[in-house]
Amino acid sequence: MFSYEFMRNAFAAGTIIAVICGIMGVFVIARNMSFLTHTLSEIGFSGAAFGVFAGWAPLNGMLLFTVVSSVIVGQLSARSERREAATSAISALFIGMGILFLSLANKNASYATSILFGSVIGISASDVRQMLWLSLVVLIVVFVLYRFLKFDSFDHTGARVKGLWTNALSITFLVLVALSVSVAAQIVGSLLIFILLTLPAATAKYFAHTVGGMMVLAIALALIGVWSGLTLSYMTNYPVSFFIAAIEAIFYFVALGWQRLQTAE
Amino acid sequence: MTAAPILKLEHLGVTFPNNPVFSDLNLTIRQGEVWSIIGKNGVGKTTLMRTLLHQLRPTQGKVTYLPSVNDVRIGYVPQFRNIDADYPLTIRDFVGLNLTGWKLPWLSAKERAKVQRILEQTGLTQLANRPIGQASGGEKQKAYLAQALVEAPNLLILDESTASLDPVTKTELLDLVTELNQRLNLTVLFVTHDIPMAQKYTHQYLMMTPGKIEQGPIAQLTDDKVWEGENV
Ligand SMILES: Nc1ncnc2c1ncn2[C@@H]1O[C@H](COP(=O)(O)OP(=O)(O)OP(=O)(O)O)[C@@H](O)[C@H]1O
Ligand SMILES: [Mg+2]
Repeated sequence: MFSYEFMRNAFAAGTIIAVICGIMGVFVIARNMSFLTHTLSEIGFSGAAFGVFAGWAPLNGMLLFTVVSSVIVGQLSARSERREAATSAISALFIGMGILFLSLANKNASYATSILFGSVIGISASDVRQMLWLSLVVLIVVFVLYRFLKFDSFDHTGARVKGLWTNALSITFLVLVALSVSVAAQIVGSLLIFILLTLPAATAKYFAHTVGGMMVLAIALALIGVWSGLTLSYMTNYPVSFFIAAIEAIFYFVALGWQRLQTAE
Repeated sequence: MTAAPILKLEHLGVTFPNNPVFSDLNLTIRQGEVWSIIGKNGVGKTTLMRTLLHQLRPTQGKVTYLPSVNDVRIGYVPQFRNIDADYPLTIRDFVGLNLTGWKLPWLSAKERAKVQRILEQTGLTQLANRPIGQASGGEKQKAYLAQALVEAPNLLILDESTASLDPVTKTELLDLVTELNQRLNLTVLFVTHDIPMAQKYTHQYLMMTPGKIEQGPIAQLTDDKVWEGENV
């Protein structure tokens, strides 16, 4: 399998994605942002479609759309009650635009499926390099802001009391999510990206005892899902997103069941 | 000699849309003082505390922290807090959250020692590795206090922080606060409905009633006044 360059690239990309999603996922879960992450991935779809329409690389279109909209959503969602309705409206608008851009771009349906559902074969060495750079940016920012992010994500009241600039933090974090979504969509596709950004961390939450432990476990679960998904997809020729989604979902339900058993005792 | 003032409220007022909460509040708080803030539900105690923390902008007057104490560090234990029961955040981790700054993600040995010391002082050593979401109401209150104290504040604001504590734990924590007050000159603002406790542990009182705010040494807080404040 590794004798093919595209598989080597896919594994490299998948590894980067799993690490980023494991780390970011912990904060996404702690901040209750699964829904918003989903919306950002839909916006990412629209951005990729725009990229195709404009003759850019889809990743660049995605980056543009998700980063700009995360800043806008960040402003809107200072009050969280308003967030859900506003984000639903925004996501509907963006999916519609994505469909429009795709039809304007006159690309065939298989192009749309690969944006939506991801693909293994399309990843070149230079894509991997770009993903690596973007991920490094995310990792460095998370490293530098780690204590603030952790405080604000796990104890928002405390962070506000402390006088941390929680609104700025929240916008910065959304931009990081936007970058992660754009990177991760390269393999799993924009429709399923939120799976990697939420499920491994949501599963890890039930087993870990510390935030650091949750992060390590989330990375591990994401890695298992991505690596085995790629392998299974290579062997069976079925889509990689299906395997990743199925594996992560199984982990999650096992964790839920385990949690039930624990609390039932 | 009177101690240096650290906080001055001048003609302070907060009005929510169609709801004037308090107005024309004048108050000077000096270093090392221990105040109780009393008054019935909804009179504006929490609102006042949030104004002091700059979480709310006053609609009149101003809040000034005086430079006589350079670097006022505030420890605040809020009345309400939301922490998901499932978070893998131990009490030890929770207390350490308050150690911020542009630092490495993990705590240094010195910082870990700081956390350990405050856990001991608040009687949380046994519970240090329990997830905060699973702690009892009183244990949570202790953890909140520990978190507020870990950065060695010089102004501590407690908003009904002892309401869910059993009598023994309550006394322990108040003794700790009193000790910090005497040893480190910690200034304390204590929002409470527990008048006997206020009389025992605080030096000054601020009684808020709708339309009237009274203050003075705690000895002058007579039963008539309490009755009036809590019932009118
Ligand atoms: N964000 C807000 N917007 C509008 N009104 C508010 C807001 N926060 C508080 N209020 C109102 O201001 C008044 C004072 O509330 P506050 O929470 O300060 O009372 P309190 O004295 O702390 O009461 P308690 O003893 O019950 O804690 C109440 O009438 C409350 O409904
Ligand atoms: Mg209150």
